[in-house]
Amino acid sequence: MDFAFTHEHEELRQTIRRFMENESPEATVRKLMETEQGYDRKTWDKMASELSLLGLAVPEQYGGAGLGAVELAIAMEEMGRVLFCGPYLASAVLAADALLRTGDDASKKKLLPAIVSGKSIATLALADENGRWDPKAVTMRATRDGSNWKLSGAKNYVLDGHIADSILVAARADDGLGLFHVEGAAAGLQRKPLPTLDLTRKLARLDFSGTPAARVSSADATEALKHTLALASAMLAAEQVGGAQRCLEMSTEYAKTRLQFGRPIGSFQAIKHKCADMLVETEFARSAAYHAAFAIAGNEDVFEAAHLAKSYCSEAYFHAAAENIQIHGGMGFTWEHPAHLYFKRARASIILFGDPAEHRLQLASVLEL
Amino acid sequence: MAQREITEEELRKRVRALLDEAHPDKVDQFTFRGKQYDHGLAWVHFPEGYGGLGISPGMQAIVTEEISKHAKTLYDDMMINAIGIGMGAPTVLTHGTEWMKKNLLRRIFTGEDIWCQLFSEPGAGSDVAGLATRAVREGDYWVVNGQKVWTSLAHLSKWAMLLARTNPDAPKHSGMSYFLLDMESPGVEVRPLHQITGEAEFNEVFLTDVKIPADRMMGREGEGWKVALTTLMNERTAIGGGGPTRRGAGSIGVLMNLWKSREKGQFSPEAEILMRDRITRLYIESELLRMTSQRAKAARKAGNPGPEGSVAKLAQAELNKRIWECAMDVMGPDSLVYEPGYTRRRPTSRAREGRNSLSKYQFLRARANSIEGGTSEVMRNILGERVLGLPGEPRSDKDVPWKQIPRSA
Ligand SMILES: Cc1cc2nc3c(=O)[nH]c(=O)nc-3n(C[C@H](O)[C@H](O)[C@H](O)COP(=O)(O)OP(=O)(O)OC[C@H]3O[C@@H](n4cnc5c(N)ncnc54)[C@H](O)[C@@H]3O)c2cc1C
Repeated sequence: MDFAFTHEHEELRQTIRRFMENESPEATVRKLMETEQGYDRKTWDKMASELSLLGLAVPEQYGGAGLGAVELAIAMEEMGRVLFCGPYLASAVLAADALLRTGDDASKKKLLPAIVSGKSIATLALADENGRWDPKAVTMRATRDGSNWKLSGAKNYVLDGHIADSILVAARADDGLGLFHVEGAAAGLQRKPLPTLDLTRKLARLDFSGTPAARVSSADATEALKHTLALASAMLAAEQVGGAQRCLEMSTEYAKTRLQFGRPIGSFQAIKHKCADMLVETEFARSAAYHAAFAIAGNEDVFEAAHLAKSYCSEAYFHAAAENIQIHGGMGFTWEHPAHLYFKRARASIILFGDPAEHRLQLASVLEL
Repeated sequence: MAQREITEEELRKRVRALLDEAHPDKVDQFTFRGKQYDHGLAWVHFPEGYGGLGISPGMQAIVTEEISKHAKTLYDDMMINAIGIGMGAPTVLTHGTEWMKKNLLRRIFTGEDIWCQLFSEPGAGSDVAGLATRAVREGDYWVVNGQKVWTSLAHLSKWAMLLARTNPDAPKHSGMSYFLLDMESPGVEVRPLHQITGEAEFNEVFLTDVKIPADRMMGREGEGWKVALTTLMNERTAIGGGGPTRRGAGSIGVLMNLWKSREKGQFSPEAEILMRDRITRLYIESELLRMTSQRAKAARKAGNPGPEGSVAKLAQAELNKRIWECAMDVMGPDSLVYEPGYTRRRPTSRAREGRNSLSKYQFLRARANSIEGGTSEVMRNILGERVLGLPGEPRSDKDVPWKQIPRSA
């Protein structure tokens, strides 16, 4: 598989990078991470109106840019670099893709344009109480209520679940796993923001008790949601690459300027070799994430590529973020320095959508090992 | 100093005599620990009259064990006065004046006086001998100006071990002197510094025209580095601690319990096998750390530890980080939550509630293990050069006047 970026891709990357540098500097990240909603409305609107980022991979007929996983990965990587705070993974990746894959035409027409325009923030509520991101593990029940449906049970660790206007909920109906649309303000829905380890990404617990819901498709959603998860894993991997790259840059910069024993600490092989190892791992991670994005765009080896990327990039990012703290010494351990923000983002994204060991086990199955 | 011989049974008898006189379940901390000191059971390897019996430090474990047989209340030195007990006391004993030994050691052990260590500066961490805080002699006093950083417990401390430059024209190692600083002196300002956990265990300390009486110097003028080495060697053994005190105690114990109480079905059967192997591996290493420290302790005579203390310090730091990373993986999705949220408190003790949230706190806190008390990179240099005798890197900062050495801002 060839995975070379085009000139257009590079331009898209530059545009997003500039935008993110302006809209999401460290001071903004720190301000937003202390808020409950965790994002800035104006920035979100600009992402839709100026850059068409919220519907990058949504077909034009639903108002999107009609691009795909490669462009989405570029956006995620750039957001990961700056620890962008906002419901992008929830709305533009998970919810949009779940709708595209499972929804009937009517629900797509109804929901997608608002997601693309930023008017509506959406999310996917997949994991039950136990937090397993696996469509097969869903036990929550959906019951008929006339022409509509009712949901009861809990969804946990829902990305931006407390602010979403539209929640797509995976629940079991008599004829299989269904995807249901619930309004954020629906009666019988309790939303509790969780105190997250990674303050830059918000999660919520949702409790449904006879909550009214509309089914977005009649077919069983298991396979479709597995694809959505593969996409989300690959996109998270791209975000991890952006974060790892930033950690590598911070470390290298510091190693060149911090003097101890009358010389830059980067002149000690212990530090130089750490930076070199981070470089190798970040380049490997980059290959993994780009490969996954192209694989999904070409619909080829999707699962193999996604499991590979999520397992490798999770560990590479965590390692880079941990070494970044170590290279900064006492400074890296402080709240004031950004190293801990990357470290916590890296740690949390290890677990999100399944940990590396789980992804390797799944990859082993795909490879029939 | 001649090593005395005391049998284990004799030592246990002395502990029981102490308990007859003052029992920790009945009297307060200061009273009990004061008596423990008077009986020579505070630091058994210290000389008689200074809280010890002049016997091998390995025997201290017998004291602890005997107390725990008869009492529910067990004091942990690290909780009471980590820096005072771990580093202050041996430094005072080795280099302090008679006045210091008589007036400071007992109160260190009881916890009446908390101690801190004013070594690190913004420009001098691993290279602490490059420090810039100045002390200038004026009559019967030294007048100190400068800034220290990462000072644990400074906000609670009565006394500080202060390393300052008294001669900027001398090469770095021979231009420093070591002072005992009363933290209540005018001109000492302590500002909290927040950490990855949100809490402020450590501080910045600003010293402005602080006057220290000349007789509060430890060691001689210009010989501060020698005294500092005693502090640093003891710091490594205190921090390195030696891992779990008993089989399966400490962080590995917490990890094993987390694993045993996991929810059924949280991991697939294959993932369970992987995780069991990982935890068992960590258990093996924890045990070996404990045994290695035990061996080192038994072999040690009274007196200060040497560079080999870096073995346990290095191993402990790196192992502890991996144990807590594994604990996060065992907690799985629950590790995404940090309840009840980050607090900006300034802790007065290290006690914390709640098992899962404690593990998450520990996961974050453990990142400092490979930085505090000397980084893992510096530990490896010490093991390579001072223990194994490998040649050092070429150095340009050793034999020139300190003021000519390039420094970070
Ligand atoms: C939680 C905590 C509590 C602390 N408490 C105290 C305290 O109470 N009192 C006190 O005085 N200090 C304290 N410290 C400071 C601690 O001793 C220093 O942080 C440590 O020595 C490292 O110094 P630095 O932070 O300046 O990092 P630097 O020395 O700048 O190190 C940066 C990086 O360079 C590496 N490096 C430096 N020199 C070399 C070399 N020669 N070879 C290879 N690599 C090298 C380091 O390993 C590190 O990775 C504390 C630190 C922490 C994190």
